[in-house]
Amino acid sequence: MGKVLEIAARNLMRYRRRTLLTSLLVVIGIVAVLLFVAITGSFKALMVGQITDSMLGHLQVHRRGYVASIESLPLNLNIPPQLAAQVVKALDGNPEVEAYAPRIKFGAMFSNFTETTSVRVNGVDPERENMVTPLLAGRQLDGERGGPLVKRGEMLVPVLVARGLQVKAGDTIVLVTTNKDGSVNGKTFLVRGMLESATGPGGRDGYIHIEDARELLRMTEPEVTEFAVRVKRQERAERAAAALEGELAGVKNKQGGAALEVHPWQRLTPFANIANMIDVLTLAIKVMLVSIVLVAVMNVMVMAVYERIREIGTISAIGTPPRRILALFLTEGLLLGVLGSVVGTGVSLAGIYALNVWKISYSFGQQQGLLLVPAIGVQDVVSIAGMVIVVAILASLQPAWKASRMDPITALRHV
Amino acid sequence: MTIVSAVQLSKTYRAGDVDVPAVRDVNFTIEPGAFVAFVGPSGSGKSTLLNMIGCLDRPSSGRLTVLDTDVATLDRRAGAEFRGRHIGFIFQDFNLIPVLTAYENIEYPLMMVQNWPQAERRERVMGLLKAVGMADQAAKRPDQLSGGQKQRVAVARALVANSKLVLADEPTANLDHDTAYRILELMKKMRDELKTTFIFSTHDPKIMREAELTFMLEDGRLAQNNSGAARHG
Repeated sequence: MGKVLEIAARNLMRYRRRTLLTSLLVVIGIVAVLLFVAITGSFKALMVGQITDSMLGHLQVHRRGYVASIESLPLNLNIPPQLAAQVVKALDGNPEVEAYAPRIKFGAMFSNFTETTSVRVNGVDPERENMVTPLLAGRQLDGERGGPLVKRGEMLVPVLVARGLQVKAGDTIVLVTTNKDGSVNGKTFLVRGMLESATGPGGRDGYIHIEDARELLRMTEPEVTEFAVRVKRQERAERAAAALEGELAGVKNKQGGAALEVHPWQRLTPFANIANMIDVLTLAIKVMLVSIVLVAVMNVMVMAVYERIREIGTISAIGTPPRRILALFLTEGLLLGVLGSVVGTGVSLAGIYALNVWKISYSFGQQQGLLLVPAIGVQDVVSIAGMVIVVAILASLQPAWKASRMDPITALRHV
Repeated sequence: MTIVSAVQLSKTYRAGDVDVPAVRDVNFTIEPGAFVAFVGPSGSGKSTLLNMIGCLDRPSSGRLTVLDTDVATLDRRAGAEFRGRHIGFIFQDFNLIPVLTAYENIEYPLMMVQNWPQAERRERVMGLLKAVGMADQAAKRPDQLSGGQKQRVAVARALVANSKLVLADEPTANLDHDTAYRILELMKKMRDELKTTFIFSTHDPKIMREAELTFMLEDGRLAQNNSGAARHG
C-alpha cells in the first residue's frame, strides 16, 4: 500500500500544475464551507442564545389553546393550581430539565400619571427566572443591579416604553389591568430600571414580581400562565419538549383531550425560521462543495486515465491485477482529497482565528455592537474534510474502474 | 515439456460486418530456452500471435498451450496472474513508467505484481541492473535514458520475476542497428544465463538472422520455419 501511495503521489506530481489547480479548487471550497459554518454558527448561536436565554427559555408549557391565542394574552387559559402541580411534578422528574420558572402574563395600561400606553407584563419568580433566562438580568440598562431580578413593588420597564413616557429608574408608575372576571385593578410600582430591547416576541415585555402580578389580577388561587423551562442541552429542546408532552399527555381537560401542551422555542418565535434558513444555506453550500470536488477530481482523473492509456496497458500486460490498477487511481483521487482537505482546513482555521483577532461587530435587530465570535467544532471539521475525501474517492471511482477494466491490447495500441 | 504449443490456432477479428482473419491454422511448438523470431511484414499476424501467447488475447479456434496451460481457459484475472508469474514483455516503445526510476521500473513487477519482500527485491533488481549493464543508471528516470538504455531496463524488467518466457514485439524497431544488435546480444546472453525462452517479432531480415528459430508469417499463415522446433538446455 505504501508503494501504491508513493506511485500515486508521483503520478499527481507529473501533472503538477493541474494537480495544484484542482487542489486549489478543493481548498477554496473547503474554506468557503468552514468559514460559512463558523460565522453563521456564531450568529445562530448568539441569536438563539439571545432569544432563549433572555426571553423564552428553551421550551414552555401552556394550557391547551393558549399559544393559538397568545397575542391576546387570555387570562382564562391560565394553568390552575392542580394542573400546575402536575406540571411541576413532571418537570422535577425529568432528567433533561435544568430549571423551570412559572410566569403570569397579561396586558396592562402603563401610566406615568400624565401619559398612558399599553405593555405586556410578565410576573416572574426572580430566582427561578434567573436560572431559566440567565441573560435577562444583563438587559437591565440602569437602576439598581445585582440581587434579585425584580423585588416586590418594582418593575423592569422596556426601554422603548420608558423613553416614550420619559420614566427612569426610581420613578413611580401605575399599571392598570382587567382580570378575568372583568374587574379593573391598578397598582403603583417603582421603576427598578429600563430593560434593553431584544429582538423577538418578548422584546417589549416588562417584568414584575409574580406575587405582584397575582395581587394586581386579584387571583384567588395561584394560577400560572406558562412554565418556561431550561433544558441541559439546548440543541435537544425539541426532543425534550416532545418527551415532556408525552409525560403530560395523561393530564386531561374536561373534553377528555390533553389539557397541556409543550412548545420548544422554535415554535414560539419566527426567528427559528432564520435558524432553519442558516441550516438550509449550510446544506446548500455543502452541496456546492461536493459538486466542486466531484467535478474537479473527476475531470483530473478522467484526463489522467486518458493520457496514460498506454501506461495502463503496460502495467496490465506485465500482470498487475485489475484491483491494484483500481487502487492506484483511487489513491490518486484520495491524495487529491487529502491534500485539499488538509490545506483547506489549515487556511480555514487561520481565517477563523483572524476573524476572532479582528473582533468584528454587527447588529441584530435592536441590539448593536454584537461581537462576531466564529468558532467551529472538531466534529464539523472532521465531517467536512471526511466528506471531501470520500467525494474525491467517489469521483475517481469511474475513471479508476475504467482503467482497471481496460483491455491491455487496445491500451497498448493507443497512440 | 514444451514452452509453447499451437495446434490449428486461428484468430479472427470482427471489423464491422466483416470477419478479418489475423492468424489461420497455425501449428508450431517452442521448446524451453529457445531464441525464436516470428517474422513477416506488417499485418502478417505476428503481434496477434504474440498477444495470444502472452495471454493478452484468446484464440478463436484451435488450441494454444503456454507452459502446459491452455490459454483459452484463463479469464481476465487469471490471465493477469499467469502473465505476472510466468511471462515477461518487451515493447517496441520500451513502455517504461515515466515517474519511476530505472531501478523502480525493474522493481515494479516484484512489488506490484508478486509482492516480494524488500530485501529480496533489492538483491534481484541490483543483480539484473548489473547484468544488463545499467547499474550506474539505476536512479535515472526514463526521460534521462537513451533508447538503448531504456530497452536494457525493459529487458531487465521482463526477466526480474524469473519469467520462463519473454515476449518481445519488435524490440529493436525504434533502435539504430548497432543498438539493436547489442539488445539482441543482451537478450541472448540473458537466455544463456537464465535459460529463459525468448520469442520476438520483427520485420527486419537482418535482425531475423539473429534468431535460432524463425517462423515466417504471411497473411496469418505460417509459411516456413528455418530449423523446426529449437531445443536448448
